[in-house]
Amino acid sequence: MGALQLRHNKVLLALHELESRGGPPLLFLHGLGERAPAETPSELRGWPGAVYALDFTGHGESTVPSGGGYTAEVLMADVDAALAHLGSATLVGEGLGAYVALLCAGARPKLVRGAVLCDGPGLAGGGARPGTPQIALPEPAAVAPPDPFALLELGTDVRPPDYASSFVRQATHLSGLERPIFVCAVERPDWLAAVLAEPGVEACELDDALAQCAAVAVRERAR
Amino acid sequence: MTAIGSRSSAEPVAFPGARRPDRSRRVDAFGVGLAVVEWGEPDAPPLLLAHGGFDFAGTFDVFAPLLADAGWRVVSWDHRGHGDSDHSALYAWHADVRDALAVLDSIGPRPLPIVAHSKGGGVCMQLAEARPHRVSRFVNVDGLPSKWRHPDVAEHERTKLLDSELSGWLDWRRKTAELARKAGTAEELAERRGRMNPRLSREWLRYLVSVGARRDADGWRWKLDPSLRFGGFGPWRPDWSLERMRAFPAPLLAVLGLVEEEMGWGTRPEAVEPFLPRGSRVVAYEDSGHFLHIEHPQRIANLVLEFVS
Repeated sequence: MGALQLRHNKVLLALHELESRGGPPLLFLHGLGERAPAETPSELRGWPGAVYALDFTGHGESTVPSGGGYTAEVLMADVDAALAHLGSATLVGEGLGAYVALLCAGARPKLVRGAVLCDGPGLAGGGARPGTPQIALPEPAAVAPPDPFALLELGTDVRPPDYASSFVRQATHLSGLERPIFVCAVERPDWLAAVLAEPGVEACELDDALAQCAAVAVRERAR
Repeated sequence: MTAIGSRSSAEPVAFPGARRPDRSRRVDAFGVGLAVVEWGEPDAPPLLLAHGGFDFAGTFDVFAPLLADAGWRVVSWDHRGHGDSDHSALYAWHADVRDALAVLDSIGPRPLPIVAHSKGGGVCMQLAEARPHRVSRFVNVDGLPSKWRHPDVAEHERTKLLDSELSGWLDWRRKTAELARKAGTAEELAERRGRMNPRLSREWLRYLVSVGARRDADGWRWKLDPSLRFGGFGPWRPDWSLERMRAFPAPLLAVLGLVEEEMGWGTRPEAVEPFLPRGSRVVAYEDSGHFLHIEHPQRIANLVLEFVS
């Protein structure tokens, strides 16, 4: 099935519909340097509604822009462009996609009906504090996608624990969900450890997280 | 290099002391075209001059000639999305640093002095930190960071504030594809800019329109990419740059304008002094706002010339 094209500023984003059944939508967010999977990942097959996957800017079938300038916040706005199309969705993010899912859950607490944070490439980013100032220059032979600037810039972006915590609090206070964030990742960079330390956030298995999100999403949809 | 006349939007209106650059050229920063301008003799020693956020190199049309006439080849550029440089899909601090390096590379490998205003000061300080061997001296014109000023509000109020900031930004991102800068008469553009530059004269703002805006069929427009937005949020903490400042690799002159205004950062000398590297100097002016080089071009030029000579 061809991907839907969504415009986000000067970028065309590819939103892939992997599972087109009715019911509450789930949006899968890939890791750094990856792309939307060709078919529904087996662990998501039990989801009771439609399953979508987004190619972030500079990845997969989405536009590869010139000259870099990536931030996790712009990727959050990529996801928001998908939410504008879907209405609301449960987010399952891997690696970089997990961090972006957290930001979305905090910034769009009414639209994100649960964010499930899983292991994947780019989970840690550049750590809690900036290191020695660097100017990231891509390898001349690199061929996009994924955009080499995305790999460099989103692999080194600073992710302070208190910044991550503030997004958890936004989700907790404003989503109306009992548990808006689920941590399924085994790798626990500082930002994710801080997320886990917030009241109402617990580590759990993906199946359990999906079952809880599905129950809430189905109930809300029936209303 | 091309003659400057062809890239002007219209004939500049007259302003005392203002002089358009002597040369212009473009630098390719990984696919983003940057408009680079130069004042002074091509074989004079080079000096890099950087503008601040929402400005463009033409805002140096009075200041830069004063440095050029004192024997410097003054090189400046429009940041991506600003002035005559390309509008890009993405904007970020680290991309501006890399663009600045592309401009620096276009001048040559020898270390040179950098004079940078506001956000340009922060961007170029990071450039100097990453490439210490490329910078001989550094003048930061009202672009030193100061510690974050958290509003003293209760947690639930803070949640509300952050929510309106985050959702406001995302709501606006949803519209950016359709955004265009508002057209108006040259006078209207000058007046709009005056709201952000309340201390600058109407004559100067009117001059800036003539060199920095373009005339479309339905009126004048600033060239700035409409998808650039004032303010914002993110993980960055000014404390990080402040703490690193002790290790700044080049002799540093910091100039502060102490009259607080819209575009200023409100940095006070006592806030930065504990972080200054040895041998650096802070000069603060009680009678000047954020745009010191526009309010008092000769005074700031003299200060810079004494420091870099």
